[in-house]
Amino acid sequence: MPEEWSVRGIVAATFPLLAVLTVVELWGGLVLDGSRAVLTQYPTLLTLVPGIIAVAGNLGSVLASRLSTAFHLGTLAFAPTDDELAGNAAATLALAATLFPAVGAGAWVARYALGDVALGLGTVVFIAAASGLLLAVVAVAIAASATYAAFQLQLDPDDVVVPVVTTTCDVLGVVVFLLVVGATV
Amino acid sequence: MPIRAVAEEAYREALGILVLSAAASVFSGLVLGGMEHELTVVPGLLTVVPALLATRGSVYGSLGARLATGLHQGLVDPELSVPDRRVRSAVAAAMLNGVVISAVAAVAGYAIREALGLAVAPLAALLIVALVAGVLSGAGLTLVVIVTVFVGFRRGLNPDALAGPVVTTTGDVIGIATMLAGARLAIAAGVV
Repeated sequence: MPEEWSVRGIVAATFPLLAVLTVVELWGGLVLDGSRAVLTQYPTLLTLVPGIIAVAGNLGSVLASRLSTAFHLGTLAFAPTDDELAGNAAATLALAATLFPAVGAGAWVARYALGDVALGLGTVVFIAAASGLLLAVVAVAIAASATYAAFQLQLDPDDVVVPVVTTTCDVLGVVVFLLVVGATV
Repeated sequence: MPIRAVAEEAYREALGILVLSAAASVFSGLVLGGMEHELTVVPGLLTVVPALLATRGSVYGSLGARLATGLHQGLVDPELSVPDRRVRSAVAAAMLNGVVISAVAAVAGYAIREALGLAVAPLAALLIVALVAGVLSGAGLTLVVIVTVFVGFRRGLNPDALAGPVVTTTGDVIGIATMLAGARLAIAAGVV
């Protein structure tokens, strides 16, 4: 990073990535907007949306960041039997199993406190948990392949993998969530 | 390390901040869940929500990371009353990025929905939402990031460990609340 911080320099370095990010996220927004009817009919589901996106994106970014570091340190090999890869994949699944049901329960309790009883607690927790576990599998696949691709292309994974994985997990978070909603409600 | 040890360490290290972020996201969700009316009256608003939130996170997360690096390198003084030139440049660049990319999201979201033949509010309405949210959330997040990173640094905390979590926990709440303000303004102004 240059020690002279200029507005022009910072904007030039970051804006192109922001523009790409925006286009990808707009696709997620279009998918979300396509289900506006069911989301506004059951505001509890709307309440779940930021949590699903945030947790999916965070799980992806933590995993990608850890895999990048492990590869830099030379402790990671891209094989399903690799301890570092398998251990991080298992941790991601465990984190998803902890966090998503909690987000579902939290959203339900918050809406219940407002007098919204349109959906049962079990339904909302099931939707959050099922979306979350599917997403965890997707996040592992994406983080591992993006880290692998970055090294094949000789890019620094810290620069590339985290934004790519976070954005992809954001968008796929919406897609998977709406698929589960469609199958449940 | 055996798989189990790797998994336990990874789980333990990430859980705290992820729980915090998940809890904050339920608050953002509550605000979004209360926006059924605005989302129906301003068609296309929901299309731009993920883009506005995600760019907010990257712009102000990156501002925090930059300030943290500057503090570590001794390039920046953790002075709140009279910020130095580097801090002013970093803040100006972040605000510029944040406001311009919000407007880009509104225009692109409008254009895509129009091109696909989907219902969409007038461009002016989406621009009002994007600009109000861009400016207000930018000001709010800049304040939150600078205060946390500087005060944390002066108290001996690692600002790198503060910047990211602060933006992930407050960014969505501030982002959605300011979008709601923008949508109400557009509706009150009679643009939609």
